[in-house]
Amino acid sequence: MIHSSFTERNLPRLFPLPAIVFVALLMVFPVLYTLFLSFTSWSLTSGMPATFVGLNSYARVLTEPRFLSALARTFAFTFFAVAIEGVLGVACALILNRAFVGKSVAKLLLLLPLVATPVAIGIVFNLFYDPTIGLANFVLQSVGLPPGLWISSATSVLPSLVLVDVWQWTPMITLIVLAGLAGMSEEPVEAARIDGASEWQIIRWVTIPMVMPVILTALILRLIDALKTFDIIYAMTGGGPGYASETLNIMGFKYSFEYFRMGQSAVILVVLFVVVFGCSLGIMKLRAASEA
Amino acid sequence: MRKKFVSTALFYLVVTGIALVVLFPFLWMLSSSFKTQVDIIAWPPKIFFAPTLQNYRKVFGEQDFLKYFLNSTIVGTAAVGVSLVLGLPAAYSIARFTQRKLAVFILLARLMPGISFLMPWYIVFSRLDLMDSYTALILSHILIALPIVVWIMSSYFSTIPPEMEESAMVDGATRQYAFWKIILPLSGPGIITATTLSFLFSWNNFMFSQVLSMEKTKTLPIAVYNFLSYAEVDWGGVMAAAVAIMAPAIVLTMIFQKYVVKGLTMGAVKG
Repeated sequence: MIHSSFTERNLPRLFPLPAIVFVALLMVFPVLYTLFLSFTSWSLTSGMPATFVGLNSYARVLTEPRFLSALARTFAFTFFAVAIEGVLGVACALILNRAFVGKSVAKLLLLLPLVATPVAIGIVFNLFYDPTIGLANFVLQSVGLPPGLWISSATSVLPSLVLVDVWQWTPMITLIVLAGLAGMSEEPVEAARIDGASEWQIIRWVTIPMVMPVILTALILRLIDALKTFDIIYAMTGGGPGYASETLNIMGFKYSFEYFRMGQSAVILVVLFVVVFGCSLGIMKLRAASEA
Repeated sequence: MRKKFVSTALFYLVVTGIALVVLFPFLWMLSSSFKTQVDIIAWPPKIFFAPTLQNYRKVFGEQDFLKYFLNSTIVGTAAVGVSLVLGLPAAYSIARFTQRKLAVFILLARLMPGISFLMPWYIVFSRLDLMDSYTALILSHILIALPIVVWIMSSYFSTIPPEMEESAMVDGATRQYAFWKIILPLSGPGIITATTLSFLFSWNNFMFSQVLSMEKTKTLPIAVYNFLSYAEVDWGGVMAAAVAIMAPAIVLTMIFQKYVVKGLTMGAVKG
């Protein structure tokens, strides 16, 4: 049977065409425009057009201490958040990976942080961390520890924000790993048990290696989002106190929409883009290597 | 026997602990939303108090939350609707003709930092006089929803055996006809997953709306955030606002629990 109509012959191109045009207009064009702006100097508030300055904006931004701290902070935030989420998430999945009364309720509870509006979560934790009325200090004092300043102090703000991210996103790792465990065959575990392996040995040498690809994928997904974390930081601290919790995303946002320095902002965005892209590519390579 | 009992008890203790940690912020938010400002700033924090509805009265009376609620719903529904129209044929094509490059191209929108398109959008939408318009906001939210639709639906379509449409095509149907009349009707669960998940992401989005919307098109996350800008934070009001924004998302999640879990985990588990 031959379908010779134009639509039928060109279906593989026509079906995705509207989506391609949309993504080209709203993503590719803007990203190229950002790239172009990164070679200019342009203050939106001055009313002057953008002037081409070559690599000047790069030279200015990349050597600025505020930028370098933001870059380092972005990595630190991401590293600690994703590492803790990975360990806790996998641990919870291994604990919950058995039949028990209330398992479906437990899985529903795990979903709640994932669908909760991050801005609102940030504000709830603001109240929690408040040094004078917050529950966090009440808990510390009840167990005899001195009260902390949490997000109000430059030294404790980043760990406090990591904790919020860990609370919100650990369940995602747990759910993904649980789904991975559910799809695994029982045989290798049974075989190890018959050979007399202890529960811990089975987990360490059989279960974890088997779900490793799933764990790594979950970590990649988290990593991409953690590098771009915006809502909770912006809502809770706005990058402060001072610049103590300013990540690249927050800094880029401020340069764009508070200072309106579009050229320098574009440089920050290009760097953020390269960081996100490079890290994802790196981990995917790592994952491919671990599977080979 | 006794050892088994102890280990079971220990297991439930751990599970209860995990559940409490997960639930705690929600419970604290909920209870604070029924407290007066005096009860909220009381030290030590009060667990028992006389509940009040004044915060909710403020949020829905003075603050016009119903308007923001409507805005969030309009933007989310329109963005998801357009994304399905654009994304379903694209996802089908990716699944059937194994167009991996195309898949990567559209999924890049999920990978890239939103702010790298937001800044140019801001410049262009200002020039076109589209700031604070539903058009600009919906366009931006389509870029959130579309990659989710394509990601979920291309995996879903590839689980439907190609024989489904091939047998129809042998009988003389066009592939286009087979897609609309045979494949889509079989795709209900996938479409529910894609719709729920992309709507939730649009509902929760803060950054795009913060820049592109003002009073007319303000969405809920912005309205909640604006509570913080007062000199003294009205904690009761902001907690009631937080409950108001999360309640629909949580109800939606409870109704479509199975689909949401599938959507959040599918890509990872399939490898």
